[in-house]
Amino acid sequence: MEIREIFTILLLIILILCAIAVNFTKNLLSAVVIFMAYSLIMAIVWAMMRSPDLAITEAAVGAGVSGTLFLVTLKKVHLEDKIVSDLIEIDLDESEEETAEVGEGAQV
Amino acid sequence: MTSFEKWFYGETDVLNHAMDEAREPDSPDHARKERVKARLAEIRETEQYRERVENSRKEFRGLYLAVTAVGAIALIGVLLYVTACLPEYGAENPHTLEVITRYIEKGLEETGAVNIVSGIILDYRAFDTLGESHVLFTALICSMLLLRLDRKNMRSDHEDYYTVRTDKFFDLSADQIFRRVGAFLVPSIFIFGIYVVLNGQVSPGGGFSGGAILGAGLILFSASFGFEKVDRIFTRKVSSIITLCSLGFYSFAKGYVFFTGANGIENHIPKGTPGNILSGGMILPLDIAVGLVVGCTMFGFYSLFRRGSIGGNGAATGKSSK
Repeated sequence: MEIREIFTILLLIILILCAIAVNFTKNLLSAVVIFMAYSLIMAIVWAMMRSPDLAITEAAVGAGVSGTLFLVTLKKVHLEDKIVSDLIEIDLDESEEETAEVGEGAQV
Repeated sequence: MTSFEKWFYGETDVLNHAMDEAREPDSPDHARKERVKARLAEIRETEQYRERVENSRKEFRGLYLAVTAVGAIALIGVLLYVTACLPEYGAENPHTLEVITRYIEKGLEETGAVNIVSGIILDYRAFDTLGESHVLFTALICSMLLLRLDRKNMRSDHEDYYTVRTDKFFDLSADQIFRRVGAFLVPSIFIFGIYVVLNGQVSPGGGFSGGAILGAGLILFSASFGFEKVDRIFTRKVSSIITLCSLGFYSFAKGYVFFTGANGIENHIPKGTPGNILSGGMILPLDIAVGLVVGCTMFGFYSLFRRGSIGGNGAATGKSSK
């Protein structure tokens, strides 16, 4: 077997592993990174199948732009979570203040 | 020195008004509390709703798993069967032999492009590429409809400030490593993208891939140096004009070629010497048009996702100028 064939088979195995791993990853950030790795390997496979046009597009769109969009969306989603938890903290503070005021009123 | 030159050399900024920092509005305390309470009520409602959905979903979980497994196995089987029916890689496919032979033998002569793939996608099958460009354009319009923050679709009066503040959370332009790497990478990415766009007819590449590279370069530029730098040259108006002109030019040029081709009239477009940059008839201008549309769309997506506007003309910064 030539080295080229072994390399191709190795790439295809990693490709399939990546495709399966994206589905079973709990951490969304890791899933995005694995997805980008998938696109990068796919670009190499396209280049080895002698279609460099597709390889360039796959590397730019799959590994570059769509990955960036996923990351931005992910950060926004986590940011929403953070803001929600902040709001809940504010709410707790306010309820404490209210009870304190009521307590003072009762003393007077 | 005209105002345009001043703007071009960066002495004045026509967007000065639009780029004013949005300040936190002086809202009374109780209004803020009201907002927090309303927001919390919303959150609780959605949480209760989620719990209810979860409970109802538990009953169907077993059935759902079984159906999913059966569906997935069936799909895998069908796909493997179809793949097994395909001719071997590199072997001749009798069903498409006629078209392939025509493309390979007469492609260079008929389109004038050394890169036959470019000849196919921008000459023989240019109608498909026209559709693709319009699909991208439609996608940009849809994300603008959904994501663009306008004064009319804000949930509260303070959402513009909220957007600007959350966008600060993404700001990496203070990061020295990122800045330095960006300073090296951005020019080379732009040059590579322009090369890929302009050499679509003689080497691998073309409008779509080159445009995607240009868009990625713009994204890296805005991420490493901040949106203010990009807003100097790339506003929503510029983006709209570029997209409109490119798509209009593409449609008219291809319409002309289709019209003459269908009626058997000479179309008077010089083919040029194969191998030169100025060859391939309409392929080079069409490549440039497609590249510009794709680049604008890619950066537009990123900008809309991050701050809800293209080029700082949205509500986030436009409102404070009033």
